[in-house]
Amino acid sequence: MSDCPIQVQGLETRFGQTWVHRGIDLVVPAGEVVALVGGSGSGKTTLLRQMVGLLRPNAGAVSLFGEPLFAGSRAEQLERRRRFGMLFQHGALFSALSVFANVAFPLREIGIADDAMLRDLVQLKLAMVELDADVALRMPAELSGGMVKRVALARALALEPELLLLDEPTAGLDPDLSSGFVRLIRALHRALGLTVVLVTHDLDTLAALATRVAVLAEGRILAFGPLDEIMNVQDPFIERFFHGERARAALARGRGMG
Amino acid sequence: MSPEPRPIPVIRFEREGGAPRVVLSGDWTLRLLQPDLDALERQLEQATADCAWDLEAVSRLDSFGALLLWRSWGRQRPPGLVLPDRLEPVFARLAELGDSGLPLERGYRFLDGTEGVGRIFFKMLRNAVGFVALIGQLVIDFAHLLHTRGHWPVLETSANFYKVGVRAMPVTALVGFLIGVVLSYLSALQLRAFGADVFIVNILGLGIIRELGPVLVAVLVAGRSGSAMTAQIGVMRVTEEIDALAAMGISPYVRLVLPKVVALTLAMAPLTLWGSAVALFGGMVSANLQLDLSFDYFVNALPRAVPVANLVIGLGKGAVFGLLIALVACYFGLRVKPNTESLSANTTASVVTSITVVILVDAVFAIATRSIGLPR
Repeated sequence: MSDCPIQVQGLETRFGQTWVHRGIDLVVPAGEVVALVGGSGSGKTTLLRQMVGLLRPNAGAVSLFGEPLFAGSRAEQLERRRRFGMLFQHGALFSALSVFANVAFPLREIGIADDAMLRDLVQLKLAMVELDADVALRMPAELSGGMVKRVALARALALEPELLLLDEPTAGLDPDLSSGFVRLIRALHRALGLTVVLVTHDLDTLAALATRVAVLAEGRILAFGPLDEIMNVQDPFIERFFHGERARAALARGRGMG
Repeated sequence: MSPEPRPIPVIRFEREGGAPRVVLSGDWTLRLLQPDLDALERQLEQATADCAWDLEAVSRLDSFGALLLWRSWGRQRPPGLVLPDRLEPVFARLAELGDSGLPLERGYRFLDGTEGVGRIFFKMLRNAVGFVALIGQLVIDFAHLLHTRGHWPVLETSANFYKVGVRAMPVTALVGFLIGVVLSYLSALQLRAFGADVFIVNILGLGIIRELGPVLVAVLVAGRSGSAMTAQIGVMRVTEEIDALAAMGISPYVRLVLPKVVALTLAMAPLTLWGSAVALFGGMVSANLQLDLSFDYFVNALPRAVPVANLVIGLGKGAVFGLLIALVACYFGLRVKPNTESLSANTTASVVTSITVVILVDAVFAIATRSIGLPR
């Protein structure tokens, strides 16, 4: 499994005096949808940011596609970065650029300057995230919350990534929008054969999307495996997280989306 | 243990029995296509319309690769296409797309220039109206505050006073001192030629106290505190903090604008006094070195050369400038829309407008007070 998309070994993180991660080992196999779950403050988003190199862990190593994240020359690191796309929690669209310019931005950056080609590519990406072509000229401030996420997803897909990282993809969306978004991600996952890592605490999303679940608690990966296996693990945190009344209802709903 | 490299995209032309065939193989993905894109595009162009395409050997195809082929096929499947089932969905998606294309952004037309001038005019008009509305709202909220004996934003005002007044003292002193030195040095060169050394006190005293001090300090404060106020209120607008205040029934004008306006108005008079004093001190030092004018003489001659009315005018101007700078800064801050471009545009507009307004109002002051405090 030398070229699996993400490999985390012995990762430790400390903020000041607080230990967030105390030795995390995680291997994300290609083609899976892995959900990172955990209580608030358990360092899910931190782990996600470390996977893409936005934060450096205090100890341990992260490998992307079989190579250490920070290994090699600048060009090689850049090359590695272009193989994944990230969807930030609030979209992080460039507010000064139109939707078209936002999605075209990474493409222009790698040197695709042909205007007609760019327009076709952007149109294709917008269609992939089920947006109409006429949102292309709007500014991010003129979009609704759900549209912002879709445009951000289109931008994350612009460079044809093999790996997609989603930080709270459905947070702040109403149930209808959020199930639409889940369907969209699942369709893209099937169509493009992506590996997806998502952070979420929305159990609907989790049940509908994840092929594997990694439970993060007390600074460690408590359990990693398919949802049904996780449900059977005897642990107070998992008990509380997955077996509450609301949790059961949400999981059933999520499965129903399948 | 580096992973194995992926097969690079290859295009091969075959001609067996007259029918030309184009055989593609390797990974047709953005990552592998991009380094050699121009050469591949040129090769694709060589294929003629009667070519049969064979994609059987393509190991991977992403939407970029598919689009590249789609475009070279003229947005339709060429006759005699050999397409393995696993690649079918990508092209199905492209076919669905149709050829409607994205809406075009309108280009620049000849009359757009004229329209732009009109827009600027109306924008200025809107700004003027909006500015008056801001003052009106402020007065209404202030009256309401007086009437209901509500919560006075004393703490905010005091904090703002410290921020815009006390914290501005070092930079004001530095710039004032240097301007004083330069002004004194240049004047001394001229005055010595006429043997009118002692008039340096009149020139510096009148010039700095009445005119230069207030304007200099106002320009510094507009750049330093005006821009900070606009950016702060602007970001609060972006993060919906202002809406949060309004939703709690707290007037953002009373809580945010009023303390800033009051603090800057109050701070500007002492700050002007401070700036003018340091500038005069700089002039005094320079005069002492250049013209051998003693500090004693300078200090004693100053009240005789400059009637006290000038000091009142100078400090009064300072306070008015402070009021205007704060109002302009808050006005533009409240106009910020939730994007970075608007924030930068409004901060720029705030500084430029407040400096322009300061100089305009200074001219008005010069005319209005032309018969006060000037020796005849």
